[in-house]
Amino acid sequence: MVQDRSLIDESGKRSDGRIIDELREVKINVGIIKNADGSALIEFGKNKIIAAVYGPREVHPKHMAQTDRCVVRCRYHMSPFSTDTRKSPAPSRRETEISKVIRESLEPALILEDYPRAAIDIFIEVLQADGGSRCAGITAASVALADAGINMRDMVSACAAGKVDDKIVIDINDTEDKEGGADMPVAYMPNLKKITLLQLDGELNPNEFNNCLEEAIRGCLKVYEIQRSSLIEKYFGDEKGLKE
Amino acid sequence: MQEIKRKYVIPGDIVAEGNLKPLVNVFRNGNSIVATRIGITESNKEGAKVIPLSGIYFPRANDVVIGKILDHSSLSWSVDINSCFFAHLPAQDVFGRDFSPAHDDMSGQLSSGDVIVARIAIFDRTRDPILTIQDKDLGKIPAGELIKISPTRVPRLIGKRGSMIQTIEQASSTRITIGQNGIIVVSGKDKEGISLAINAIHIVEVEAHTSNLTQRIKQLLNVPESEIENGDTQANHEMNETAMNDDKDISNKIDKETGMMNSNGTR
Repeated sequence: MVQDRSLIDESGKRSDGRIIDELREVKINVGIIKNADGSALIEFGKNKIIAAVYGPREVHPKHMAQTDRCVVRCRYHMSPFSTDTRKSPAPSRRETEISKVIRESLEPALILEDYPRAAIDIFIEVLQADGGSRCAGITAASVALADAGINMRDMVSACAAGKVDDKIVIDINDTEDKEGGADMPVAYMPNLKKITLLQLDGELNPNEFNNCLEEAIRGCLKVYEIQRSSLIEKYFGDEKGLKE
Repeated sequence: MQEIKRKYVIPGDIVAEGNLKPLVNVFRNGNSIVATRIGITESNKEGAKVIPLSGIYFPRANDVVIGKILDHSSLSWSVDINSCFFAHLPAQDVFGRDFSPAHDDMSGQLSSGDVIVARIAIFDRTRDPILTIQDKDLGKIPAGELIKISPTRVPRLIGKRGSMIQTIEQASSTRITIGQNGIIVVSGKDKEGISLAINAIHIVEVEAHTSNLTQRIKQLLNVPESEIENGDTQANHEMNETAMNDDKDISNKIDKETGMMNSNGTR
């Protein structure tokens, strides 16, 4: 990747005015879709993503059902209007791959053995994309799964870190993703302290890699706090007194 | 009385530390008990559990449920019980052991679209649940208003020893049949009573975890304090604390004390 302009200015500000370890503004609304068993709308900077969870429910076609555990199906989809040039609504190669990695990043958190012969459907619809949509999608889907009341070992929080102008930064946006040095999305179970997704686009030396992973996990923990407060807000409102 | 600790949790939160027994909606991770659902924790000597605030209905043997007949094969009806599995009602349960597919008319007894109150006779996760209607107050529901609430709110709607549902029934002069699967049938003579009851049920659903709910429901239904039976006012405070208790205990208790929890002649 060729860097033709500086993405971090002299005062240490990035292209959208953030400092290197600052997240974009994150807002999560829980339970916005009445027809779904669980749902969430996440605004992650300029990303706007809806996640809806259905299930556990009957598996169709029936031959897909597993006798000892639940089947998880995930569909990540970008709306035609989510990008500046129209995106074909047909599922692309990229979307199929992201659907798979999101499913695999959420599965370790779900206790699938509790629902044999059933299926959980996760739909992630990107309404507006601005880089980091898979991380925001995982974050929203995890909240939607908790909202649907599916047994989970832990929440899953996701955040990317990467290299921009030879500096490790967290929460890469669209410009930094396209013009920066590396992009590393990480999904993390904050209480169990386990990583469920780790991808890397670009080049990092071992030292940078370790730094980058550490920063990404720090970002995940910040995202987790937002997930947590949005769920507490939805279910317990102002009655936070019982919380120890 | 032993001390009960409560707090609000989301999946992954630690419910309790130490050598407690994990009961429901929790799992053990090292030395701590961790919640698997959003809800309110309850830990005492017996163990630690989470009373969930969201989720679909997962069948359990002996639950009374309300279901809709979808279709029938030559040997059983399949019933939608608002769960991830369709339930089956064997024809022998209705016609007796000498049932013969050639002579007995199954659709004459129950046709698709009929609503039934049934008990889950057998369920063990490896097969679909089997229902039975051979019990007092089970069977086809001839008329009424069908409403759906979240199954996690059912214990709250019943209340301690059925107090909440009795209050609503008396004030609106309706009969309310509750299925553990979150499906409710409200029947009665006048429309106003029915809509009042439905209104009250929806309020209970939305505000299930808040305190002093019974008081507010009584205000809504214009119930004077003196009319309430069972020393309900005094039990009120306590009830709000324990209302989200395990539904099984509650419905069993009601079964013994008042005949059954869905206190109406449905057959």
